[in-house]
Amino acid sequence: MSDMDPRDELVTHLPALRAFALSLTRNRATADDMMQDTVLKAWTNMDKFTPGTNMRAWLFTILRNNFYTSRRKLNREVADVDNVFSDTLSVKPEHDGRLQMSDFKKALNQLPDEQREALILVGASGFAYEEAAEMCGVATGTIKSRVNRARAKLTELLQLEDDDVLELTDSATTAVVGSPGLPA
Amino acid sequence: MASKQDPKNAQIDAYIDQNLKKVFAELQTGDLPDEITDLLSVLRAQDQEAKDSK
Repeated sequence: MSDMDPRDELVTHLPALRAFALSLTRNRATADDMMQDTVLKAWTNMDKFTPGTNMRAWLFTILRNNFYTSRRKLNREVADVDNVFSDTLSVKPEHDGRLQMSDFKKALNQLPDEQREALILVGASGFAYEEAAEMCGVATGTIKSRVNRARAKLTELLQLEDDDVLELTDSATTAVVGSPGLPA
Repeated sequence: MASKQDPKNAQIDAYIDQNLKKVFAELQTGDLPDEITDLLSVLRAQDQEAKDSK
């Protein structure tokens, strides 16, 4: 990536940036607006990006700062949500895992923004706790706490401590697509 | 809070992470919105124009 023109590199991160925007806003129109602002800011401030550092983290930081600034202006915790997680399911239905994934998305949707964000950054995007903390402008311990609380909430909502559920999820792959013991 | 040494909690964490990755991967699929591709075209054209004028 180091030899690539940073503007070309920016384009390679757009699918992930959009996924992050969608998971944060849960609204396609808002996500696209946030993304447009982020691309414009990043492109016109490319001289502020340090080559060799993590561009994805830089882009995600710009986007999440836009999101929280906008949310503060609107003075509300929850923006208009258009079930973006459910929409993806209806577009790409899965076989046996469909109902379980639907439950998972509903549970994810119920998390507070900060907890969902921390979980997405660490659990889905692969950022280290330290990187996520820097991106969110908080201490590493705060990110760890948010991730732990998010996991605990999902565990509760999906009743994952139920022995019957766990017995049927003996590998990560099986757990994703075929654990029929999950509650409907 | 969940101990990483506990196999049951590790299994729950693995379940959650795998589903998160799957959701995030789904959200990455599909074409970029037209507004974004249009914006990129405009920005590239502006850059080229600036380069040409030097």
